[in-house]
Amino acid sequence: MKIIKIDKSLWAPGLNQAAAAYRLFGPVKEKEFHSFKPLTNGVQPDLSCLNTRLSPKAIIYPQSEVMFDYSLDESREDHHQMREAAKDYSPRAVIGIRPCDAKAFELVRLNFDTPDYQDPYWLKAYESTTLIGLGCESPCSACFCTSAGCGPYHEEGLDVLLADAGDHYLAKVLTEKGAKFLAAGGWKTAAVKEADQTIAAMRQTAEKKITSFVPTDNLRSLPNNDLYSATFWEDVSFACINCGTCTYSCPTCWCFDIQDETRGASGVRMKNWDSCMFPLFTMHGTGHNPRGTKLHRVRQRFMHKLKYFVDKYDRGIQCVGCGRCVRLCPVNIDIRRVAVMMNGFAASGEACAIE
Amino acid sequence: MLSYAEKIREIAGRLLASGAVNMVIGFRQGTIPMMNEPHFAKNPAEAAKLVWDSHCGINLANYLTDRKEKIGIVAKGCDSRNIVTHIIENKIKREQLVVIGVPCQGMVDKRKIALKCPGEITAVIETETQVTATGNGFSQSFDKKDVLQHNCSLCIHRNPVIHDELVAAPVEEQKGIDRYADVRAVEAMSPEQRWKYFEDLLSPCVRCYACRNACPLCYCPTCFVDESRPQWVGKGQDPSDVRTFHFLRAYHCAGRCTDCGSCERSCPVGINMRVFTKKLEKDCLDLFGWEAGLSLDVRPPLDVYRPSDPNDFIK
Repeated sequence: MKIIKIDKSLWAPGLNQAAAAYRLFGPVKEKEFHSFKPLTNGVQPDLSCLNTRLSPKAIIYPQSEVMFDYSLDESREDHHQMREAAKDYSPRAVIGIRPCDAKAFELVRLNFDTPDYQDPYWLKAYESTTLIGLGCESPCSACFCTSAGCGPYHEEGLDVLLADAGDHYLAKVLTEKGAKFLAAGGWKTAAVKEADQTIAAMRQTAEKKITSFVPTDNLRSLPNNDLYSATFWEDVSFACINCGTCTYSCPTCWCFDIQDETRGASGVRMKNWDSCMFPLFTMHGTGHNPRGTKLHRVRQRFMHKLKYFVDKYDRGIQCVGCGRCVRLCPVNIDIRRVAVMMNGFAASGEACAIE
Repeated sequence: MLSYAEKIREIAGRLLASGAVNMVIGFRQGTIPMMNEPHFAKNPAEAAKLVWDSHCGINLANYLTDRKEKIGIVAKGCDSRNIVTHIIENKIKREQLVVIGVPCQGMVDKRKIALKCPGEITAVIETETQVTATGNGFSQSFDKKDVLQHNCSLCIHRNPVIHDELVAAPVEEQKGIDRYADVRAVEAMSPEQRWKYFEDLLSPCVRCYACRNACPLCYCPTCFVDESRPQWVGKGQDPSDVRTFHFLRAYHCAGRCTDCGSCERSCPVGINMRVFTKKLEKDCLDLFGWEAGLSLDVRPPLDVYRPSDPNDFIK
């Protein structure tokens, strides 16, 4: 595995150089919070940020994305035809993405890239993107990445992993794409051969800083129907206000809705993020809603992330432990607490209780 | 105020044990600093989990909508005013409720505190007058009055307006508060400036609807933004749709909003949408001398016609 040493004095000039070949995105502070923004006009990514308020999933999977457009103007040759909307799939790079958010794309890919179906918008955007990760030295107290098959220096999904070594970055090249990006930045000084151990040591130190752990070992073996019928869902869902904060801030939530919007003689067909917390998400044309109460909806979210996904893909939970939903939930519904209840379900003997 | 929790538990335990209520709605200890979780207790053991501190900002009246049980509910000033509004609007019956009143001195604003601290806050403790936030390598104390939620710092109804039990003697109400300086500042803007201000204010909105859903007034079975036949508002991120949601929601709250601050508190991206509802609150005060939720016996101004209603707008 090749490791490049990037002197910090060469960092900004290199990024500016890479910007000729890539559209760059990175964490930028606006008002109170950091978010991933296009780095235009020499704006530098703020790598001191603990993590962005919302996940960077919107870079690949925008909240609102036009797929087709059409015109009813009969003077046009292509009137009444759906046309592919113009898109920019030129190379782009996300600088300073956290390992948790990068791994999240791998989980989302399971949904958007299957043998039967490929979502062309997500895939083309994903394939055009190079992910330059930054090892996480200050995990937040609500982060539980190491319990979610991830970690502060986890490499899955990344093209380059950066480790902040004081006056320089150690850039571990993980893919061809990553190598290409570093070449575009003009960074080519090979690091000393002990650099790999340095990164491993930093990784260990960072992992020790994780204070939050979530048990998931029983989830797969628990019977679906028993968990579904557990009495604790009333307790879990009582406080929920059914907003979309958890799902919209989540890097692994992938659900969307398709809408047509018309204006005069033209219109678009677009996909928009949707949320299983919203009643409309499952409303049938008949007016019947199979998830008619908030208990149904809250249960669905946790069952999907911590049970159905686990059963379907055998890849662990549909969560990377970034902690955003824990920090942002307006009423403090905490997935860590729910995971403990679900995972400990059999042990509690609740399955035998008669309601 | 720190003794409130014990008193709340005692009252809740008694109400549940005697069968006076089927459940008590309050708060339980949160899992992260400066957060508590709305909680319902159905027996004295669960009542023992009830807590009270300066992080109980969510308006619990929101949890009463259309419930059928007999309910004990912990209510600070604003919650009690929204309970009154709920009763007036037939969302719950007075006879169903035992209101456990909490004289309030304001809730602290977790964002304000986070912005004043140099790193992630891992623990917060409080005394009667101070909160102390600690994190990796820092510990900072603040006078509570300096870090209150903005709406709490302007509140003149800290004591519950209705209650069946009271956890402590009433607190002194704030006097001489200029409640609408921010609204006047927006009113003074030129239309172009104001439009720019609204654009900037709403630009981070992701339409998660936390503001709407945390609001006790927003109980419509289907909100206008969720209607699909016909569909009134686009579902995407088009700024005109985002604005339509916020502006219309605010108007739906006219004459009903108590400025409890749950909307702003719930927003994951820090939008102060209270500037909209406060403008309407101010208009109701100026035009009708009305403040929402103060009495069970007076119909709200937008419910009734009075010959004395201002009609200067008719030219």
